[in-house]
Amino acid sequence: MKEFTYVITDPEGIHARPAGELVKAAKEYASTIKIVKDGKSGDCKKIFGIMGLGVKNGNEVTITVEGEDEEAAFEGIMKFMQENL
Amino acid sequence: MEVFNGKSVFGGIAIGKIYIYQKGEQQVRRIRVDDTAQEKSRYRAASGEAMKQLQVLYEKALQEVGEENAAVFEVHQMMLEDDDFVESVENIIDTQEVNAEYAVAVTGDNFAQMFAAMDDDYMRGRAADVKDISERLITVLSGSAAGGIQSDEPVIVLADDLAPSETVQMDKDKVLSFVTVHGSLNSHTAILARTMGIPALVQTGISLDEALDGKMAVVDGTKGCIYVEPDKDYLAQMQAQKNKDEEQKELLQTLKGRENVTIDGQKVMLYANIGNMKDLGAVLQNDAGGIGLFRSEFIYLESEDFPTEEEQFAIYKKVAETMAGKRVIIRTLDIGADKKCDYFEMEHEENPALGCRAIRICLTRLEIFKTQLRALLRASAFGNIAIMYPMITSLKEVHKIKEIMAEVKAELTAQGISYGNPPEGIMIETPAAVIISEQLAKEVDFFSIGTNDLTQYTLAIDRQNSKLDDFYDSHHPAILEMIRMVTENAHKAGIWAGICGELGADLTLTRDFLAMGVDELSVSPGRILPVRKIVLETDVAEYRKEKGMEN
Repeated sequence: MKEFTYVITDPEGIHARPAGELVKAAKEYASTIKIVKDGKSGDCKKIFGIMGLGVKNGNEVTITVEGEDEEAAFEGIMKFMQENL
Repeated sequence: MEVFNGKSVFGGIAIGKIYIYQKGEQQVRRIRVDDTAQEKSRYRAASGEAMKQLQVLYEKALQEVGEENAAVFEVHQMMLEDDDFVESVENIIDTQEVNAEYAVAVTGDNFAQMFAAMDDDYMRGRAADVKDISERLITVLSGSAAGGIQSDEPVIVLADDLAPSETVQMDKDKVLSFVTVHGSLNSHTAILARTMGIPALVQTGISLDEALDGKMAVVDGTKGCIYVEPDKDYLAQMQAQKNKDEEQKELLQTLKGRENVTIDGQKVMLYANIGNMKDLGAVLQNDAGGIGLFRSEFIYLESEDFPTEEEQFAIYKKVAETMAGKRVIIRTLDIGADKKCDYFEMEHEENPALGCRAIRICLTRLEIFKTQLRALLRASAFGNIAIMYPMITSLKEVHKIKEIMAEVKAELTAQGISYGNPPEGIMIETPAAVIISEQLAKEVDFFSIGTNDLTQYTLAIDRQNSKLDDFYDSHHPAILEMIRMVTENAHKAGIWAGICGELGADLTLTRDFLAMGVDELSVSPGRILPVRKIVLETDVAEYRKEKGMEN
C-alpha cells in the first residue's frame, strides 16, 4: 500500500464536478483508491463516497492506493490532485 | 397588484404571463414483488435508459450553456452508476421484496438526506441533484412523461422547485423568467439561469395557486420580487426599464472585444473599480482591460480582526490569477474618514476627513502596512499586479514608502520567499499632490486621480453633507484644470495618468479627458461599455479644434 497527503488548494473544495473527475481518474486503475479526511474514508471510484466527505479548501486529505498497479495509480492520482485540486 | 419577495439569482426584468409548472410528480407506492430478480433487471434497464437521457441532456446543455454547466449531467450519470447507490436499490428490492420504484425512492431520500445534513451550503444544495436522478429513474420505471411547457407564447415559469434537467429540457424560447418557491442560490438551476441570462428568483413567498396561472406579472430580478397583476403605471415604468436594459445588452454585444481607440487613433485603457471579490464576474463580463482600483480595505472592513498575511495573499493571488495577465491595481489600505474598523482602535478625531487615514495609518503603524505589502509582493509573482498608495501629499511620504518597501523585499529575500516586482503608483487626491505632481512623477510608475476626495479637498466641501449640494460642482473648472495639469506632468516624466474617481465614468466629460491625454479611466464595471462607446465615436483632434484647444 502507498499513501500521500495533500492539502486542497481549490477555493471551492471538492465540488460535484471535480469529484466526478476524480472518479474518472480513479477508475483508470485496478487498485483500491481511498480518500480519507478526519478519519472518515471514501472510495475514490464512488462519487457519493467522495462528496460525502465534504472536503473544503485548505483541508488535508490522505490518499491511499492498494493493488497490483499501485505504483501507477499513486503517480496518476497525485498528478490529478496537483493539477485539479 | 400583489408583490412577492424572493432572492435574486439573476437581474433583469421579465414581463409576461405566469405559467404554473407542475412536476410530473410521482406518487410512489410500495408494492410487494415475488420475483426480485425480475425487478432488479427492470431497475437496471431503467438505469440504462436514464443514462441515455442524461447523455442527450448533456449534449443539449453543452450547446446551450457550455461545458462548465453541462458537467452537472455527467455528475448525474456518475451518481446513477455509483456502486453504493446501485447496491442500496438492489438490496432494498432483495431484502424487502418490493418494487423498483419504491427502492429507488427510499435510496434517493437517504442519499439526499446525507447531503442535506452537511455543514456546507453548496453540499446541502446537492440533495436536489440526488432527487433529480431518483425522480428520473422513477419516471422511466413508471413510463410517464416528464413535464414540459405547453404554451404558445413565452411565459414566466412559476414552480415549486426546478431540477437542473427540468430547466434544460424546457424550450428556452418559451421561458421569460424562472421563479421558484423553494430552491437555493447555489442550485444548478440558478447557475443555468445565470448563464442563460434569464431573470430568476428563488425562495419567493408565493403559493403555487392554480388561480395565478395565466395572470400578468412582472419579475424584477434586480430587486428580487415578482409583481402579480401590476397596475398600468408600474407596468409602463418597468417596460421602459426593460427597454433600457435591452439597449445596454445590445451595446454589450456590439462593443465587446473592441479596442478602446478613438476615430483618430488615440488609445485609452478602460479598467474597472472593484470593492469586493464578487465584482470579479462583472469585470470580466463587461470586458474590462484590467482592474484600475481594487479597494483592499474591504478585506479589513469585512474582518473582525486584522487580516493575516496569508488571508490577504490568497485574495490578491486569486484576483491576479482570475484576471489572467491583465493589470490589477491594488490600492493599499484606505481606512479612516467614513470607512471605520473597530479593531483599529483609532482615537476619536474632530475632523476625520483631515485626520489619520489611509497612508497616514500605514506610515504610523508599520506592522499593518508591512503585512499588506508582503502579501501584495508575494501575490505579484502570480499575475500582473500593481500597487497604488492613497492620500499622498508629499515627496517625503513617497520616500518613506520606498524605504519600507525595500525593507520588506529584503526580509522576503532573506526568508527565501519568492515575490514579484510590481509597478508602484500613487493616487492624486489632494491639492498638494496636484501642485507637486511634476516632482512626484519622477518618483513613481503611474498616477491615478481620485476625483471624489480631490473635489472635496479642493472645494472644501464635505461629501457627506447634503446641505452643501448647491455649492458642489463636480465639473468645477479647478478640478478639470488639475486633471489636465497632472496628466501633463505625468507625460513629461514618461509615466501614465488615469482617473479612478466617479468623474472617470461621467460620459459628458469623456471627450475632455481624451483631449487632455488621460491614459486610463477606471470605472465601475457596468460603465465600461458606455464609456467605450463614446471613445469609439470621438475624433480627438476634431474635438480639440472645436474647443479651441491647442494641438
